[in-house]
Amino acid sequence: MITERDTEHIGQLADIAIHREELAAFTSRFNEILEYFDLLDQVEVVESIEGRECNVFREDEVIPSLSQQDALANTREKEEGFFRAPRVM
Amino acid sequence: MPGFTVSFHPEDRFFAFLRTVGEISCREGRLSGIPVAVKDNISTAGIETTCASRILEGYIPPYDATVVERLKNEGAAIAGKTNMDEFGMGTTTENSAFGPTRNPVDPSRVPGGSSGGSAAAIAAGLVPLALGTDTGGSIRCPAAFCGIVGLKPTYGRVSRYGLIAYANSLEQIGPMAANVTDANLLMGVIAGHDPRDSTSLDFPYLHTPDPEIRGMRIGVPEEFFGEGVDPRVASVVWEGISLLERKGAEIVTCRMPSMAYALAAYYVTCTSEASSNLARFDGVRYGPPADTKKTWHESFQERRRDGFGEEVRRRIMLGTFTLSSGYYGKYYAKAQAARNQVRADFERLFREVDVLAGPTMPTVAFKFGEKSDPLSMYLSDILTVPANLAGVPAISVPCGRVEGLPVGLQIMGRWMEDERVVDVGYAFEQGVSR
Amino acid sequence: MTDTTKVSRPTGDGISFSEKKGTDIQNHTETANVGMNRDFSDDEVIIGLEIHCQLDTRTKLFCGCSTDYRDDSPNTHVCPICLGLPGSLPRMNKKAIEYALRVGKALNCTILEESEFSRKNYFYPDLNKGFQITQYDKPLAVKGHLDIEGDDGEKRVRITRVHVEEDPGRLVHKGGVDRAKYTLVDYNRAGIPLIEIVTEPDFRSPKEARRFLNKLRATLEYLGVFDSEKEGSLRVDANISIQPKGWFDRFGKGKEDRGRVEVKNISSYKGVEKALTFEVTRQKNSLRRGQKLESATRHFVEARGVTTASRSKEMEQDYRYFPEPDLRPLRVSDWADRIVIPELPDARKTRFIEDYCLSPTHAATLTGDWQIAEFYDNLPNDLKTSTATATWVADTLLGELNYRDMTIRGVPLSHFKELLLIRQSGEITEKGAVEVLRSLLDQQKERGTCELPWECIERLGLKVLGCAAPGGKDPVTSAAEEAIAENPQAVADFCKGRSEALNFLVGQVMKKTRGCAKPADVNRVLTGILSRGE
Ligand SMILES: [Zn+2]
Repeated sequence: MITERDTEHIGQLADIAIHREELAAFTSRFNEILEYFDLLDQVEVVESIEGRECNVFREDEVIPSLSQQDALANTREKEEGFFRAPRVM
Repeated sequence: MPGFTVSFHPEDRFFAFLRTVGEISCREGRLSGIPVAVKDNISTAGIETTCASRILEGYIPPYDATVVERLKNEGAAIAGKTNMDEFGMGTTTENSAFGPTRNPVDPSRVPGGSSGGSAAAIAAGLVPLALGTDTGGSIRCPAAFCGIVGLKPTYGRVSRYGLIAYANSLEQIGPMAANVTDANLLMGVIAGHDPRDSTSLDFPYLHTPDPEIRGMRIGVPEEFFGEGVDPRVASVVWEGISLLERKGAEIVTCRMPSMAYALAAYYVTCTSEASSNLARFDGVRYGPPADTKKTWHESFQERRRDGFGEEVRRRIMLGTFTLSSGYYGKYYAKAQAARNQVRADFERLFREVDVLAGPTMPTVAFKFGEKSDPLSMYLSDILTVPANLAGVPAISVPCGRVEGLPVGLQIMGRWMEDERVVDVGYAFEQGVSR
Repeated sequence: MTDTTKVSRPTGDGISFSEKKGTDIQNHTETANVGMNRDFSDDEVIIGLEIHCQLDTRTKLFCGCSTDYRDDSPNTHVCPICLGLPGSLPRMNKKAIEYALRVGKALNCTILEESEFSRKNYFYPDLNKGFQITQYDKPLAVKGHLDIEGDDGEKRVRITRVHVEEDPGRLVHKGGVDRAKYTLVDYNRAGIPLIEIVTEPDFRSPKEARRFLNKLRATLEYLGVFDSEKEGSLRVDANISIQPKGWFDRFGKGKEDRGRVEVKNISSYKGVEKALTFEVTRQKNSLRRGQKLESATRHFVEARGVTTASRSKEMEQDYRYFPEPDLRPLRVSDWADRIVIPELPDARKTRFIEDYCLSPTHAATLTGDWQIAEFYDNLPNDLKTSTATATWVADTLLGELNYRDMTIRGVPLSHFKELLLIRQSGEITEKGAVEVLRSLLDQQKERGTCELPWECIERLGLKVLGCAAPGGKDPVTSAAEEAIAENPQAVADFCKGRSEALNFLVGQVMKKTRGCAKPADVNRVLTGILSRGE
């Protein structure tokens, strides 16, 4: 069972703020869904050695980059060619 | 380069499009001047691409998805971007941040989802062709609900480059059209190897549908007619299957035990992948700018709370949980094991039969707001997710109606045998129209 | 190391979510190490390293953007992929994998039959996608070793794993990270291929850790996969603890008696030893004061040479690793078998000893850096077999470089080869050669170029002074005559048979000729004049 405190913790882990009034609803939905996921308990985990597609590479060849202007085109928070993000501290 | 312009000013009564391009310049090719609608999670250079989410409002991609590039090379007119459930997370298109699309067959009902806009655009006759994406049924469900044709190709057959990821290991871009012939044409344009997608495989699609199905073995898994499937839908689909039998196919009933946990495996996988995929929308490089007055985490947490709809937040949190330390083994690892068993089931069945058939959706299109709790909504994907888990091709073709509402017949095929599911769909379509 | 060393993934156990929140690091009960009077001489230092090096490929790990970004404006080496634009997909650079395999092989690792990339999920503005593509439970290579000169002789350092990952972007905090109103982000660095090398906690002193890094750097440069000169191309995290002697060997990792400190953010070779030495002292002082050593993360502040407590909650991070669905797994062990590893430092050292008759010390120094080893190897045979040349390169040249905080890179080695040849020919003296070397290095440091050795010799007038036949007029004879005239007392002493007097006069002549005369000439000329005068 997931408690409301757990839901808050998951929100923190997911870096999603949750409105207080949504907490109860989210929690009960989670519990319904997670209970359904318990169906997976019956599945046995066996290491599959199937021949998956592997080793897809490209050669080390330079492809032209975007211009600085194009790179920054989708934001107005920019300064001297840098993107501007919130402070980390 | 000789080019020409196509005008596109549809009367979009069902809100199929989030935005349209009025005057479209195109070139000559297999699709010269044909308007093609593109789901809004597929990147279009110079045209806003939002995944029907507030968090991407205003984002204009500097590049075209490979499929869009291929369309343009064949002369298609990129007519506009269609509505969808936010990031593809839904079965009704009600989860669009910009409002739901209505079903042209019955505007009081949902068109299905998540490619509801694309399906509605076709059903309403606004465009002959559209691109959808299918993560767990998102092409086939709206095709079934709107009475059109939708193909989910084999995983790797169509490039995902430029498709804004929801659940990378499950999803494919695929064609939607009013009939199999058109869907086949569109598939021929978009399929093929793309080095920009490492999961893309080199199997070009050059096919003309062939309605001859005599001697073909068609498996019908019992589970596709089990609990939760509306008996009226079941009976319409059985009628469709008998039509195939009359055309010379052999019908074999069979079992698919992994269906018991396929849906759980699907939802664990897609939410896990989504929780990671949707982490990049921090507003630094694109999207509504981050509030630089706040700290990084404050700004990020609030952006995600306010920028994502409820279902998206739910899935991100679910996926965060199923990947978290101590729970990975219980959920994600188990889901992958279950997925392998679904694959194994398909492989076993496809040793005995050529294709599998059943209903696309357990019911007809819902009324708006009919499915209010998420789990019962998830359960309606039960018949479409197996093909995604196994990466095999599946088509939905219109197969009669229940109280005037379309029902879809789903044909699933062997890995890389997209041509064969198209052929069976075509045979069925021909049989019905005769 | 908290995440990468735990290779196996804990399976679901259904315990309540709330119970899972603590850190994994256990703090064992403190018993013996509390108390002022305890003798700490029995403690030993336990150090493990986690090293990130940029692989020297032309393009980034997952896109075709050029890696040559250092002198360019921000966000000019970016594309939809390395900006993490929606819908873009990573494409694996084959060269990066080849380079990493070279490293794995050179470090005597096992290349895993199947390896794969995983997503490490965390939220930070330097991440373009909200996750970093790295390797988790299926790294490229595991269980290797590298031999170094340890504190007590030859030592085998065990390598836990080698894996490949992408570098995050670069953050700029105007006015310092604490005071900046916002963060500036440059994604030019985002996606540069990194190799992460994790060692077992096998070092018992900061010096050993430093020696390992030097050896590793040399190895990587011999492999041609790494350029140590590029700014920020190496970053080291170190974990360090002080345990009762023998404890660690007996009980192993995870059962430490005292907490382990993770020192992050060390970005230079010298910094590693500095940071670790600081930590040893700090931890010992804490123990002496009777404080309990808790596991913690600290940051190295290069400018001040100290480590500071980290305010971030890194210990509590849950990175939610899962396999990267957009990349295919790797099956490269056969490929690795076919990769030929070039001669590495140890082999070259042996060859230098055997072929060039060098002392082990000289051979070690000369092969400890690929550039120097190449330089030495390319000298004419008669030069490189002489001890004098070895001394000159290993001691003089490297000493002078070190004194100027310069490296062999960017120094015109052809000049020094020429200088060595001139020196060998006797056209300048040993002292003159050093003077030329110093002048050339000073020029190089100041303006990035320098004169040709001959120009320098001419300018400084350092050409060895010729010496004519007895009785002739040449600079040495003139200087000798002057010296004799100016020092009658010494001459008198000499005549009385005091040989020290001659040495004094030789010194005077050398001074007058500014060291450009050959001592043997001076001796001969002086004795000649003095004996004639008698
Ligand atoms: Zn790039």
